Amino acid sequence: MNLPLLTVLGRMTLAFLEATGAVTAFAFQAVRRSLQPPYYRQQMIRQMLEIGYYSLPVVGLTAIFTGMVLALQSYTGFARFSAESAIPNVVVVSLTRELGPVLAGLMVAGRVGAAMAAEIGTMRVTEQIDALTTLSTDPFKYLVVPRLIAGIVTLPILVLVADIIGVLGGFLVGVYKLDFNDAAYLRNTMDFLQFQDVFSGLVKAAVFGFLITLMGCYHGYTSKGGAQGVGMATTNAVVSASILILTFNYFITEAFFAR
Amino acid sequence: MTGVPDPMAASKISLRGVTKAFGPKKVLQGIDLDVAPGESLVVIGGSGSGKSVLLKCILGLLTPDSGSIRIDGEETVEFNDRGRARVMRKFGMLFQGGALFDSLRVWENVAFGPIQSDGMDPAQAREVATAKLGAVGLGPEIGELFPSELSGGMQKRVALARAIAREPEIIFFDEPTTGLDPIMADVINELIVKCVSDLGATAISITHDMASARKIGHRIGMLYEGRLIWQGPVADIDRSGNAHVDQFIHGRAEGPIRMQVRKL
Repeated sequence: MNLPLLTVLGRMTLAFLEATGAVTAFAFQAVRRSLQPPYYRQQMIRQMLEIGYYSLPVVGLTAIFTGMVLALQSYTGFARFSAESAIPNVVVVSLTRELGPVLAGLMVAGRVGAAMAAEIGTMRVTEQIDALTTLSTDPFKYLVVPRLIAGIVTLPILVLVADIIGVLGGFLVGVYKLDFNDAAYLRNTMDFLQFQDVFSGLVKAAVFGFLITLMGCYHGYTSKGGAQGVGMATTNAVVSASILILTFNYFITEAFFAR
Repeated sequence: MTGVPDPMAASKISLRGVTKAFGPKKVLQGIDLDVAPGESLVVIGGSGSGKSVLLKCILGLLTPDSGSIRIDGEETVEFNDRGRARVMRKFGMLFQGGALFDSLRVWENVAFGPIQSDGMDPAQAREVATAKLGAVGLGPEIGELFPSELSGGMQKRVALARAIAREPEIIFFDEPTTGLDPIMADVINELIVKCVSDLGATAISITHDMASARKIGHRIGMLYEGRLIWQGPVADIDRSGNAHVDQFIHGRAEGPIRMQVRKL
């Protein structure tokens, strides 16, 4: 059926606004319920391990290679202007402000956001969420709130570790491949690093942790239609979390650093 | 099921004019229903007749568009979270697919309500779980397994043990024998009769299985196109005088109920 362009655009706009409204309402409900007991501590600890501890290998690998590539690429650029001494600073600032939180966020979105949507989605289509309600347990408090809190708390820790590993990657390339003096490399790294560089990255990480878990929980919780519905929920969770991470990254950067 | 309760007793569950629609599809079109304390009502009806929606409306998992649902005389339709949680304490539910939590062991599934909702000590809840598993014919060693390691019949039994673990006043059974062989279906039916009678609970079951309906119910109601078109004692089902009921209980393709089957 051929629809006029305006009709198609109108429908897409309405669908977008409807989805935005539904996600916002879900987020408000989650925040409201996170302020009321009971708190499921064991669930929270389990989710912290899932999001933080088990994501360490993948985030660590991403960080070390990113740091190494940053050092190499910076060298090829800065060597033209004899500004090689700026490399440690470029590496650490890029990692703490941008690449650490963004890459860790994207990796966790792929690993954890997808798993969360699949787990909660399967619980939805097999009536396990209804079963929680019949056992006088609020599914929101039992499933959603612990994941959101775990995401907000754990992502900054994960990003801090990623920052350190990324700087180590830059250090290894700088010292063993580009012949930097190791003490000078570390001094240059620390001398120009400011509290705000690290802090802004950790704020980003906390926001990304919220967004990843929110998208995983929302798409899982609202999934329907059996295996196909769960598959769609998983895809939507990863895609929407990734887009939101990149969008919010810009706005947080602007809030911290725009002159 | 024997021991029919007094129909004049105040209703445990009372529905008046309950309607529910999903978009243009009217699933429930004004349900009036009373279930006495200790009574076991079986609701029969074809697929899509609104049986599951009816149960979910009573449980508060769905909100009806209009009408009244009273539990022990208390209106529940407009309940807030706290009121809903309080009334939910009276309910146990056996879901069609079991709905066991697959990340938890069998005993943790059974002990879930006592631990998470009633704040029972886990060691004590484990004893309760073992006792309830025993009540449905499962040994304590089954408690250590995960639901995915159990057969369909065993999963139904565990789900039944979970439904009765908090000794509810009202138990709902959603297609309790679907997907089971006739012998296992009969085992589940007998367990349901035993558990409901031991607890003195009020029960509503929905099923297509007439053998199950005759065994576990005191009274049968038939839902057709969102309306309760007949209800009466189990003994009267064969002389209901209702053509829809006759067609359904004899499983005939010909009759007033027309299935929406597209011709090839």
